[in-house]
Amino acid sequence: MDNLTQTLQGVPLNHYIWLSAIIFTIGVIGVLTRRNAIVIFMSVELMLNAVNLLLTAFSVHSNDPSGQVFVFFIMALAAAEVAVGLSIIVMVYRNTQSTDINVLNRLKW
Amino acid sequence: MGTSVFYLVAFLSIFFSLMVIFAKNPVHSVLYLIVTFFTFTVHYILLNAQFLAVVNFIVYMGAIMVLFLFVLMLLNLNKENEPLKSGLVKVVGIVAGCCLVVTLIGSLKATAVSDPLVLQNPNLGLVKNLGKELFGPFMLPFELSSILLLTAMVGAVLLTKKEKV
Repeated sequence: MDNLTQTLQGVPLNHYIWLSAIIFTIGVIGVLTRRNAIVIFMSVELMLNAVNLLLTAFSVHSNDPSGQVFVFFIMALAAAEVAVGLSIIVMVYRNTQSTDINVLNRLKW
Repeated sequence: MGTSVFYLVAFLSIFFSLMVIFAKNPVHSVLYLIVTFFTFTVHYILLNAQFLAVVNFIVYMGAIMVLFLFVLMLLNLNKENEPLKSGLVKVVGIVAGCCLVVTLIGSLKATAVSDPLVLQNPNLGLVKNLGKELFGPFMLPFELSSILLLTAMVGAVLLTKKEKV
């Protein structure tokens, strides 16, 4: 384990920010281009994970454990969010027989 | 070996997260998302955040993804006839995403702080250190998160319960 973490030492902090930015953007593109509600939900999870990775990288960078505690809280929050969101999707499916978000246009305009 | 492990795993996470978005079948999307979360676990191990690696492995890959798969099987959506958005909306979405990433990376280039990440304290991400932090200054938020989880559980049960007419 020590050897593994020693190899980390050369990675610049900017590259972690780039990686997180790219993955966050992939999540945004997923939300914008897909119509299945469950896939949109998975894109949101992708965005949450990009933020988690960035928080951990900055926590290591500034030698402060608070960042990793925040990541832990975000994970607990994501679990709660997934439970409520999936139950809403199940309810939508029960009422409309599909998970297409274009069916749910009553609140549009 | 050097830092190439990081770049390999970063490439893999970007590749699999692209596959999550562009897979036609939702079940394939969930499976690619599990692989993406596994690469995130490897990232946490490389950052020596061992507690987060274990929690990511158990909570995300174990609990959340199984919940997704379970709901997909329950809704019987594993067929390929998902209606896709029109080509124009797709192109506009991808262009907007590319604009976002170009803006983010461009603004980062302007700041130009790029000192290498150095692990100053090797005990930073271990369970002992994080536990002291969690039950010290973060005691109240920790207890509040348990109330949040309880509320979410009650809400999920209430939402999916069939209404008595």
